[in-house]
Amino acid sequence: MEKQLLAVEGLTVEYWARRGRVRAVDSVSFTLDRAETLGVVGESGSGKSTLGLSLIRLIPPPGRIIGGHLWLEGTDLLKLREEEMRNVRGRKIAFVFQDPMTSLNPVKKIGEHFVELIRTHEPKTGREEALRRAEKLLNDVGIQSERINDYPHQLSGGMRQRVMIALSIALNPSIVIADEPTTALDVIVQAKILDLLKNVQNVYAMALILITHDLSIALERCNKILVMYAGQMVEYASVENIYNKPQHPYTRGLLKSIPNIELAEQKLEAIPGSPPDLLNPPRGCRFWPRCPSSIGKCREREPQPVETEPGHFVRCFLHEVAGNESN
Amino acid sequence: MTLRSYVVSRILLTIPMIFILLTIVFIIVRVLPGDPVLLHFEKMENPRAMEEMRQKLGLDKPIWIQYFDYLFNLLRGDLGKSMQDYSPVASQILSAFPATLELAIFSMIIAVSIGIILGVESSKSYNKPKDHIVRIFGIVTYAIPVFFLGMIFQIVFGVGLRWLPVGGRIYPTMEPSGLRIPLSQPPGGFATHLLLSCVAGLVAVMMCVVALKIRGQKTTRKTLGLLVSLFLTVWILWALAGWRFITLGELRISTGLYTVDSLLEGNPYKFVEALRYLCLPSLTLGLVISGVFIRLTRSNMLETLRLDFVTAAKARGLKEITVTYGYAFRNAFLPILTMMGLQFATLLAGAVLTETTFSWPGLGRYIVDRINFRDYTAIQGAVVFYGILVSLVSLVVDLLYAYFDPRIRL
Repeated sequence: MEKQLLAVEGLTVEYWARRGRVRAVDSVSFTLDRAETLGVVGESGSGKSTLGLSLIRLIPPPGRIIGGHLWLEGTDLLKLREEEMRNVRGRKIAFVFQDPMTSLNPVKKIGEHFVELIRTHEPKTGREEALRRAEKLLNDVGIQSERINDYPHQLSGGMRQRVMIALSIALNPSIVIADEPTTALDVIVQAKILDLLKNVQNVYAMALILITHDLSIALERCNKILVMYAGQMVEYASVENIYNKPQHPYTRGLLKSIPNIELAEQKLEAIPGSPPDLLNPPRGCRFWPRCPSSIGKCREREPQPVETEPGHFVRCFLHEVAGNESN
Repeated sequence: MTLRSYVVSRILLTIPMIFILLTIVFIIVRVLPGDPVLLHFEKMENPRAMEEMRQKLGLDKPIWIQYFDYLFNLLRGDLGKSMQDYSPVASQILSAFPATLELAIFSMIIAVSIGIILGVESSKSYNKPKDHIVRIFGIVTYAIPVFFLGMIFQIVFGVGLRWLPVGGRIYPTMEPSGLRIPLSQPPGGFATHLLLSCVAGLVAVMMCVVALKIRGQKTTRKTLGLLVSLFLTVWILWALAGWRFITLGELRISTGLYTVDSLLEGNPYKFVEALRYLCLPSLTLGLVISGVFIRLTRSNMLETLRLDFVTAAKARGLKEITVTYGYAFRNAFLPILTMMGLQFATLLAGAVLTETTFSWPGLGRYIVDRINFRDYTAIQGAVVFYGILVSLVSLVVDLLYAYFDPRIRL
């Protein structure tokens, strides 16, 4: 465990709504090594954003982490006091948000965002030095350093996302979590931003958690992939295994729905139905109503994750026989 | 549009606004049916006295000449003569205004600080007991009549505990005089004075040059021109204003605000006394207005606290206070600023009830008096004064808007 940068064990998050409790993240476990890239894939509402925010303990109010451990270099983040957690945010784990148009403070200049960040975590740094570092960081992400005096509204969406990335790497964190960093941008800018992320990841030797709804992006850019469905981890494996031998019917469905340029005639297959209401999840496996290969006991009992080969976890009865019998 | 062109156009727009306002006031008071003089005299009809009053006030002239007289007199700062004693309305208003201004400023400070602090706190603990207590406090202070709260304060702090005075601005004969420095005429008369004033201009220019040097700006033709015009302005103003004070025999600066004047006079005892007299009225008024600010701050904060950049700021590990005030509050501030402008304008128009409750000799009481006397010219003058005041306050608010929200400067 000491070797691993981040080890998440049975992380469970619930939203306590008036109509009942919603388990948005249900005992998710994974590990992350230095400079590794993990893709978290799932449809809207699958709990992937909540998972991202819970890693820095910033889930919005009705939500709370009710169980699990978050080991970062051997310390459990869930046991830290709020002030100690504040030192982790930004310095050890940085976050890039989905919508760059709204993630910067509209009344502060770009440079001011950097000065604030750097001086909060390194109080001895002077204002001038912080600004100089900001200029260098902006250059690294491909923005002219004069832009330091601009306000956020004077930059385009793509540029703002670059600024967000520059902010996230400013203190050289060991992990960057990017929550759908390109969803709000157009396709060409998307590719550039993803390349930029890859690039800074290499230069600064950081681990990256890329949260996306697009499996093809994750396949292209990650080492490991965690597929989420209705708050649960359904499959977690290396990118090769996910691509070559997907085991969960949901992962297979996602793979089939990626268009392939060589098979232009191929008809894309969609997964029928829509994700369940988490206030009221189906009995048994959460995927069975949409599953093409569901069997009798899928409706009765909930499958548990099994390790079918080292590092390949899947939550499905079809593979339980191969692994050890649990529960 | 740059910031400068925004400011210039906003200032220019104020001029037609005030002009239209003046015309409307004139129409309401003079042109609409009902003769002010007749109404002033009510049932005691005395044709000779009435005719005399019409002549003295210029009401016997054709209406359009009256209109232009009114406009031109206003340009000179003349608001007409009071129907009561034929003294100029403008000087009456100006002598009553500082009392109101002082009360307004102190009440605003109290209302805004209570409103913002409680509003922010309550939004941060949304739907928790603290939030509910603050909300109830906001509704109660908003709903409570100002004279009732004032009277309770008077009974408790004035009559019961005898801590604070219950009315008036300051103990009579203790009015602070402001800054007064006796000046003697220089030996050489005006010529020497003119020469000495030149030094003042030079000092101003030197200070500017040093400031430019520090900021590391190059001296261009434009800055040279600015420096020369600065020199001339300071010289002329210093010479003229200085000579006026010298011929008066002393330098007098008084604002009419007792707290400021007592400091200018250098009399801390009077300053404390002025503050003591201010306490109850400004606390009453401040508390009553604070309810609006509490609710406004709370609701705007609830919106901005949900925005992405607030979460992003927390995710960067910024301090709680930076996120709350620098991010959420800074962006919730604009509607509050608007409300501050509106409330301040209302306060300047004289808090009639508060001023009556605390025998505060301000504009509110002046107006009530004049209405009782059916003094139409004074009422018209006061309405014009308010109108101009409100447009100026809204001008200031709009300019502050541009300062606080960079997006407006586009």
